[in-house]
Amino acid sequence: MTLDARIPPGDIKDKWTRFQSEMKLVNPANKRKYSVIVVGAGLAGASAAATLAELGYHVECFVFHDSPRRAHSIAAQGGINAAKNYQNDGDSVWRLFYDTVKGGDFRAREANVYRLAEISTSIIDHCVALGVPFAREYGGTLANRSFGGVQVSRTFYARGQTGQQLLLGAYATLSRQIGLGQVRMHTRSEMTDVVVVDGRARGIVTRNLVTGEISSHRADAVVIATGGYSNVFFLSTNAKGSNTSAIWRAHKRGAYFGNPCYTQIHPTCIPAVGEQQAKLTLMSESLRNDGRIWVPKSKGDKRAASSIPESERDYYLERKYPSFGNLAPRDIASRSAKEVCDDGRGVGPGERGVYLDFRDAIARLGRPVIEERYGNLFDMYAKITGEDPYNTPMRIYPAPHYTMGGLWVDYNLMSTVPGLFVIGEANFSDHGANRLGASALMQGLADGYFILPSTIGNYFASSKLPALGADGEKALASAADESRALFTKLVNIKGKRAVDSYHRELGTLMWDRCGMGRNAPGLNDAIQRIGALREEFWTNVNVPGSSNDLNMSLEYAARVADYFELAELMCMDALHREESCGGHFREESQTPDGEARRDDQQFCYVGAWEYTGKVSASRLHKEPLSFDNVHLVERSYK
Amino acid sequence: MEFTIRVWRQAGPGSKGELKVYRANNVSADSSFIEMMTELNIHLLEMGDEPVAFEADCLEGICGTCSMMIDGVAHGPEKGTTTCQLFMRSFKDGATITVEPFRAGAFPVLKDLVVDRSAFDRIVQQGGFISVNTGNAPDGNAVLVPKDQAETSMDAAECIGCGACVASCKNGSAMLFVSAKAAHFANLPQGQAERYRRTILMVEQMDKEGFGACTNQYECEAVCPKEISVNFIGQLNRDYMVGKLKGAGGK
Amino acid sequence: MAPSGPAPQKKSALGEFFGSSIAQKYIVAITGLLLVLFVIVHLVGNLQMFAGQDAVNQYAVMLRSMGPLLWVARIGLIVIFVLHVSTAFRLYRRNRAARPTAYVTQSTVQASIASRTMIFSGSFVFLYIIGHLLHLTFGLVLPEHAHLVDSMGRHDVYSMVVLGFQNKLVSFFYIAAMLVLWSHLRHGISSMFQTVGVRCPRVAPFTDQLGPLLATVIVVGYIAIPLGVLAGIIALPPGVTP
Repeated sequence: MTLDARIPPGDIKDKWTRFQSEMKLVNPANKRKYSVIVVGAGLAGASAAATLAELGYHVECFVFHDSPRRAHSIAAQGGINAAKNYQNDGDSVWRLFYDTVKGGDFRAREANVYRLAEISTSIIDHCVALGVPFAREYGGTLANRSFGGVQVSRTFYARGQTGQQLLLGAYATLSRQIGLGQVRMHTRSEMTDVVVVDGRARGIVTRNLVTGEISSHRADAVVIATGGYSNVFFLSTNAKGSNTSAIWRAHKRGAYFGNPCYTQIHPTCIPAVGEQQAKLTLMSESLRNDGRIWVPKSKGDKRAASSIPESERDYYLERKYPSFGNLAPRDIASRSAKEVCDDGRGVGPGERGVYLDFRDAIARLGRPVIEERYGNLFDMYAKITGEDPYNTPMRIYPAPHYTMGGLWVDYNLMSTVPGLFVIGEANFSDHGANRLGASALMQGLADGYFILPSTIGNYFASSKLPALGADGEKALASAADESRALFTKLVNIKGKRAVDSYHRELGTLMWDRCGMGRNAPGLNDAIQRIGALREEFWTNVNVPGSSNDLNMSLEYAARVADYFELAELMCMDALHREESCGGHFREESQTPDGEARRDDQQFCYVGAWEYTGKVSASRLHKEPLSFDNVHLVERSYK
Repeated sequence: MEFTIRVWRQAGPGSKGELKVYRANNVSADSSFIEMMTELNIHLLEMGDEPVAFEADCLEGICGTCSMMIDGVAHGPEKGTTTCQLFMRSFKDGATITVEPFRAGAFPVLKDLVVDRSAFDRIVQQGGFISVNTGNAPDGNAVLVPKDQAETSMDAAECIGCGACVASCKNGSAMLFVSAKAAHFANLPQGQAERYRRTILMVEQMDKEGFGACTNQYECEAVCPKEISVNFIGQLNRDYMVGKLKGAGGK
Repeated sequence: MAPSGPAPQKKSALGEFFGSSIAQKYIVAITGLLLVLFVIVHLVGNLQMFAGQDAVNQYAVMLRSMGPLLWVARIGLIVIFVLHVSTAFRLYRRNRAARPTAYVTQSTVQASIASRTMIFSGSFVFLYIIGHLLHLTFGLVLPEHAHLVDSMGRHDVYSMVVLGFQNKLVSFFYIAAMLVLWSHLRHGISSMFQTVGVRCPRVAPFTDQLGPLLATVIVVGYIAIPLGVLAGIIALPPGVTP
């Protein structure tokens, strides 16, 4: 099968308009005859489910949470970009498009990114209408700030909880449709499989997390909006429940997996303190505006920060990147922190941390100014670590945060399985090898409110979707049986080792070998060890209880089982991509002075993997990327 | 650190529950309460006992999933804190800690510490929104929102829907939640068109779900992890009566 | 999940209006307000005890001379009182039902004792009022004091009160009841403003203090009478013997 991205012809500025005017429409009276399953109710899922229902489709929405308001979109702090140019500082759709393509290190599809930039303005309008309480100026207009190292102020925000407010907006509008009976909401229902009939996605299988009941649900199209898979690293900034299972099972039913090795590592997280730690907490990158990052010059220096004299401190970002200094992009800041820690100069427990020091800023600006700018972040840090960042420098360390990789989709957000659409972080589409700050929320809402509701209609209007016959019934039943067998198998292993322990070991391995820095021997070794660990898991995991009631260990075990397979694919993808791009430093591909070297000759494509029955036998397909509007340039921050 | 943990164990919605006593040894002071409970579960697993079912997700105090009544206080002893952001250094070494689920008739226990809070969703489904379809919106700056109004709205919108207000209220009342939902919109120009209708429909659903009535004890405010003010309850009461007198609220 | 619950029953317009928890709280608050006003007026009348026998007995004559108006006031007061108590009990039952399983351990962070015991303080005051009426209005508690007549042939209310409070048990019960009333009012008065939606950030500091303040003034005023009697400041008129 060849990969066809189905990008409309014409000038990049006209593609989306053209698509919308030329797409086939479903007669309004017929829309209610179409049913759509939406899996997940984060920004993308909730906005899609609500908008599809507004259009008149019958929607069934499934979430594993107890409520559609809990998805991890809620934790995004910083903001959402939009090319409104309200600040009159020269922003435009073109500039947002350009920044996103370049920020993604030229590994994203131009047409998609342009559309995203174009829609960004409508997202803000719609969210305001929905009552999202964005920050305002005294005159009553929307406030903006600059974010993530771009040169314009285009980020809209709601205190430090933009994600929560945008999600509550989508949740509210979804709730309205549930109240109207247009959406049937299924909470505590985890998707366990996609049902494909005659080559098209026609339903899903779910497990009721309270009763353990496995059931299949039919539909005319399936939309997956289940987010990313950073939790493959065990310690990440993602919520504990965030998982890969929905997209992984879809992958195993025929959806190609795009760029699985592309993950984003966020530089300013609170480091892990001990063995019992369950997750890492992200702190806003804005801290780097005033904080200076350093480590001791000598290895193993155990002195307290305050007793290390100035001459024995290494402000390594300022030293290596004099023009950007502490504001170097996320990927560079993260990688440099790892380097100094690998060099034995890390600080804090386990020596995995670097100082983010506000001493000079406090001396220069005074404590009240720092309090006003960062008070809530300092409080959060103090609450978590028990240390006072006004007196001792903060310790930070990079952590997995977002996955740019995901299921491959075409311009219509449809995967390689017709009728299976993938939106939000779950797809691979718009961020290339590195995501700019404040653009994840933008993509989720663009997909859900505006793009999918159009493209899904085009799919319905141009496809014949006969009622499911005996074959369809059989497919639904047998997929359900397979899911039942999976859960029964897991509870029957009755081994000795806790699921958690497997997940931690897998995560540590992935972080070491498939994190910020990678090399061929390490990746090969990781693939071997993942295989061995997976084998042990399937014979020795301890899942207590039964599969017929609320059993969180069982839910977790099934998710970890999928992580094993995904982890292997991630390593294979990382192994084949012999270039450094975005946040991924391939050690074999570096410039003489140790900087990342991208290889546009060989790797200017999307790597989409096809499952062929066994992960190790996955087949790679390439979607070549052409850059007709933003010309390929090397990123330099020296 | 070491603790004696008394945890509510209940097999299912209809079953009778009881407190069981466990030991948690070797707990780091830097562990969060959730991490301590996770370690306890791993220990239980090793002993052949079934782990305690409890919910937690984002672990950064924003998703509203975690819900434990710790020593009789929703989300434990620290002010403005969710269970997942509560750290063991807040407890005395050697202490006995009692953990119960959030209790209310409208929040039935599903298992151990897991409760069903879907009543909140059903309240929102009745009116906790602005009725506007995608594609209808005017420019974001077409309606000016004075900064103080936007801030008040945001104060209310911070609610994470965890249910601590209901859990702590002696009357099992959901007034703080409902008032926060209503005030989020009632303090914005965009929310005016449906202001009274929204208030009445949400209050009616709140009553139907079997939540108690507010007797203005303000315990909810004290335990709210987002420190939502009871001022919004006053506003809800006012809007409810104004709406009733205007005859708003019909379907 | 679709909204569940039994099919809505058709209610009368009034029943529909007063069926909700918030409307019922308005009833408790507004009747509470009226009862507070009564308590204040009643206090002003009672404080005439300090002005002596003549003033009090004349005041009583004046009240009784109101004729039908007095009955309107009495019936109105009874209706208000019954509404206040019955609606409060209705809400109390609803609130009990809202938590069918009690906590094994429950602590309190900021709710005042007064706010948590309204139903008990209210019930106690209710019982007190019955006793109070039996004593001073119907003359059934200490009947020997009930039919005194002063030198001008008026019903000697003044002496009846003084004689009553000279009984230490009566005074003790009265003072105790007033302290409970204080608890009820200190929460109730402030709470009323919140329930009727008047309490907003600007007035909250005032209304939150008004309850404790007004309750204290009222209760000090009421307690002053038995204390005055016991201290001999309010004395029996010449010619009346205990």
